[in-house]
This record gives sequence, structure tokens and C-alpha cells, in this order.
Amino acid sequence: MKTERNTAVCTSEPRTNVKEKYSHGGTFVSDMANPLKGEVIRLYKNLLYLGREYPKGAAYFRERLKSAFMKNKDVSDPEKIRQLVAKGDHVIKELEALYFLRKYRAMKKRYYEPEQ
Amino acid sequence: MSGRVLVGVKRVIDYAVKIRVKPDHTGVVTDGVKHSMNPFCEIAVEEAVKLKEKKLIKEVVAVSCGPQQSQETIRTALAMGADRGIHVEVSGKDYESLGPLQVSKILAALAKSEEAQLVILGKQAIDDDCNQTGQMTAALLDWPQGTFASEVSLEEGKVKVVREIDGGLETIRINTPAVLTADLRLNTPRYATLPNIMKAKKKKITNVKPADLGVDLTSRLEVLSVDEPPQRQAGIKVETVEDLVSKLKEVGKV
Repeated sequence: MKTERNTAVCTSEPRTNVKEKYSHGGTFVSDMANPLKGEVIRLYKNLLYLGREYPKGAAYFRERLKSAFMKNKDVSDPEKIRQLVAKGDHVIKELEALYFLRKYRAMKKRYYEPEQ
Repeated sequence: MSGRVLVGVKRVIDYAVKIRVKPDHTGVVTDGVKHSMNPFCEIAVEEAVKLKEKKLIKEVVAVSCGPQQSQETIRTALAMGADRGIHVEVSGKDYESLGPLQVSKILAALAKSEEAQLVILGKQAIDDDCNQTGQMTAALLDWPQGTFASEVSLEEGKVKVVREIDGGLETIRINTPAVLTADLRLNTPRYATLPNIMKAKKKKITNVKPADLGVDLTSRLEVLSVDEPPQRQAGIKVETVEDLVSKLKEVGKV
């Protein structure tokens, strides 16, 4: 919703201003990227929370998570940012599935006869 | 019918943790060890929340008996979709001797005071593996029970339960109010994500003492010792058949 509001503000501005903002390479957070900054931070926090249960350990996960986000810190194109956030949401789904399968298989192995 | 479902959730040592026996053999090391909701309790919560999402019941109440930390387990249930929680405070020696008999007395008292239509529990806890609480609760309430449920369908004043038994599957139809215990294949529990945990902070958890419910926590059991399973002996390599025979004679197998 925030994104829509800001988009409305930006399109009312002359086109040249929008181009100037992005010619700086995104080293500052522009009005357009602000709501996305919230999205990115939300994604990072959610992944970090999920990482606590990671089989190889929370510390290992946190390192990988941080480097993955830092690798993309200079991305300024909002469309690219949205794509990366969607990719991150997909990783969340994959982790949830991993955790469920691990637990299910462990319970099945401990409590049920092996299927002959 | 009240349309209220009571779900019991237990805080246990996380299933993935390697258990260590205490040096004095009185129990298992729990200090500083990762705890989480019993996997079968997760399945119970999921089933209750699913029933609410299908609009077959109106409210899901999560109950846990234990010390302060049990509230974390209730919070997880709230994050999964339970509406409110009840924390029955039991700590110290009482908590050490807390078992299915005491918990079922507590759950029976709460089922009556909350006018529950259903009580759903996990079939067993992965720490004590008792598999008794559901059955005892039903007996104390004189309610029918649908245990080892792998499928639950709510009907008018009744519930149809498909049970996982040794021979295969058994389907029964029982009257409500009833007690159900969840088996592994009942459903796939949703993950309590951070945004859901945050939202759940607004939900209420009431504190209750067992004495308020008129429950006596005295245990009739005494743990004598807790030991690890015997270590697997390393195999011994022998050079000749004669060596093998003499070794077998030594050990007394021949």
C-alpha cells in the first residue's frame, strides 16, 4: 500500500527528477525505495528468525544471510528489489518445508514401524 | 454447543536435541537446552485452527501446564491461530512430578469450566512417551475419546474419527463433547512465523493455579533412576577360526 502512495507522488513529479534520483546509483534511500526498505528489513528479520532452527546452526545461517543481503546492498531499481524480496519470500517457504520434512521424518522413524 | 475447543500443548526438549542424562541419574539435562512445542501438540493446534477456519467451531483455547517458560509454548500456539491461552502455573517439585494423571485432572477441570465442545491433545509427548493424558482426560470427564486420529470430521453433535491402529485404519463416530488425540498424519502444522508471533502478542493468556481448579498434584509415581541405553560394544576382529571359537567360549556363548 505504501508503495502505491509513493508511486502516485513520483508520477506527479517531472520525469527528469525521477531519473536524477536513480543516476546517483542508489547510495541514499530515495522516497521511492523507502517502502521497499521496510520490505527488505522485514524479510531480513523473518529469515533471521527462521534461521534459529537451521540444521547447520543459527550462526552459520546468519553469516550466509548477511552476506547474501550485503551482496545486493547497492541495488536501487525498485523492480529488481521487489524481485529479490520475492526470492527471499520463496526461501522462507523452502525453509518452512525443510523444517517440516525433517521433523516429520524424525517422528515417523521414531514412532512408526518401517513400511515393508 | 459452545463451539469452543481446548487444545493442550506441552513444552518439551526440542526433538532435534541430543539428550544427556544428568550425572546423578535423576533425570535428563534441561538447563540451557533448547525447548519447543511437542510435535504432536503442534498437530493438535493445527487441527483446532483448521476447524475454526472452516467455521465449524468458534474459539480455540491453548492450555499449557508448567513454569513461566510454558508461556512461550502458548505464544507459539497463539501464533498458529489459537484465540487465547491459559497458563496453569506449576513449578519446582510439583513440575518435576507432573505427569498425565495430574495434567488430565487439570484439563478435565478446564474443559468443564470453559464448556469445551472438544479437547484435542497430541497423542503422546516425545519426552515421557506416556500416551495417557488424552485417555485419562476422557475418563475423568466421562466423555468419548477418538485417539490416534489421522482424520477428523465434525458432524451435528458428533465427530467422525479415523484412527491409526496396528491393523490399519478404524473409523468411529462418537458424540460430542469428546476428547481427541492427534496422530502424525492428521495434518501439516503451519510454521509460527515472526509476523504471526508479533500479532499473537496482543492475544490474552490467563494465569491459573491448580489449586484454583481444585486439583491435587500429588504424584503416585517415584522416579528411581534414569539411565542411557547400553552402549553398543565395539566389535573385535579375529585372525583365525580357532581365535573366533576361543573368543566365543570366553564370552560364554559356546
